[in-house]
Amino acid sequence: MDVVTFIIALGLTASMAIMLARLFAGPTLYDRVLAANSFGTKTVLFLLVFAAIVDRQDAIDIALLYALINFVATIAILKFFRYRSLEIALAQMSLRKALDGEYDE
Amino acid sequence: MFYGVSLTAFLVALWLTLSGPFTLSGDYPIVMTVGVISIAATVALTFRMRIVDRETVPVGPMVPLFAYWSWLGGEIFKANLAVLRMVMKPEIDMEPRLIRVPAEQRTDLGRCVFANSITLTPGTVTVDIEDDGFLVHALDGEFTDPAGFAEMGQRSDVATDGRREAK
Amino acid sequence: MSPAEIFHYVLFAASVAAMSAGLVFVLAGAIGVNRLPDFYTRMHAAGVTDTLGAELIVLGLLLQSSDWQTFAKLALVGLLLFLTSPTATHAIANAAHRAGHKPMLSRFKPAHPKDAGKPAGEG
Repeated sequence: MDVVTFIIALGLTASMAIMLARLFAGPTLYDRVLAANSFGTKTVLFLLVFAAIVDRQDAIDIALLYALINFVATIAILKFFRYRSLEIALAQMSLRKALDGEYDE
Repeated sequence: MFYGVSLTAFLVALWLTLSGPFTLSGDYPIVMTVGVISIAATVALTFRMRIVDRETVPVGPMVPLFAYWSWLGGEIFKANLAVLRMVMKPEIDMEPRLIRVPAEQRTDLGRCVFANSITLTPGTVTVDIEDDGFLVHALDGEFTDPAGFAEMGQRSDVATDGRREAK
Repeated sequence: MSPAEIFHYVLFAASVAAMSAGLVFVLAGAIGVNRLPDFYTRMHAAGVTDTLGAELIVLGLLLQSSDWQTFAKLALVGLLLFLTSPTATHAIANAAHRAGHKPMLSRFKPAHPKDAGKPAGEG
């Protein structure tokens, strides 16, 4: 069992390395954000497999937190690069539409 | 009130799962006190924000939603195999396209589930939301079957609309 | 062999199969993100990793878990990934679309070595 999980962990590390290539190469910002988000997903999986290898439950909690932070960070980066500010409530649709008109043109 | 009780029950279950009180020995009272305080604060804050309703606490359509997810799992599996074949071909040959998919769900929750299902199925991603439909980017012509989208939309509508709320 | 042992071995085999298949999908997603031509198509390859790859690895670990708390936490992580990954993908796609990033919508076939010299991007 340990050998299999170890191989899975190695494969996940390899895929993270491949994803890093896109993170460095990606021509646009969105490629980089996509690669960073996908890298985060793989990190969560790696932490889960790591928890199985070392047989400690704490790593699962860390993976849970990492998944949450990864999601929030992706949204925050995108929001910042769209509005150049984090002070705008996404729920206010009228304000959002007005800002779209202001920034998109 | 029903949604408040459901939310509290869900938070209690979450706390018990994450803190694991059944394996603790000496810290039991402290963990329970902190849990009660944090759950009470969370419920009070969500009530103060006035977001406790059918959409944020979807207990009504829970059973049809799980049935829908199991159907969606099969679709995701098939689409994953198609994308895998496309990506791993030695010579990439694809025809990306943008299409409009009509969304005729009766509730916002239904539209949300439909849009997320389209995005969750590899090969199609909801790019933008318009008044009466979605702008969907598809990897190739084989993912843009209108009948498939219609079936997914109809199923998501049924799954989220199991119990209509009288406004 | 007792039935309990047989059950244990079947569970172990299923776990190994699920995790290996998940690893295949994760690797395919990573390779696809590097191979595909433009941002909107790469998004689909990342989706392969986020959906079936992640869920299969979580499923394999679920089959291995020994106590209920590990099981519940793993299921929670799987559910969280299942719920957040489409939202994040849509957020990235929508941000790119709203910023005026144009998708490539023609037929994409990389030039074959034997076609060297001919004008690229036909079709």
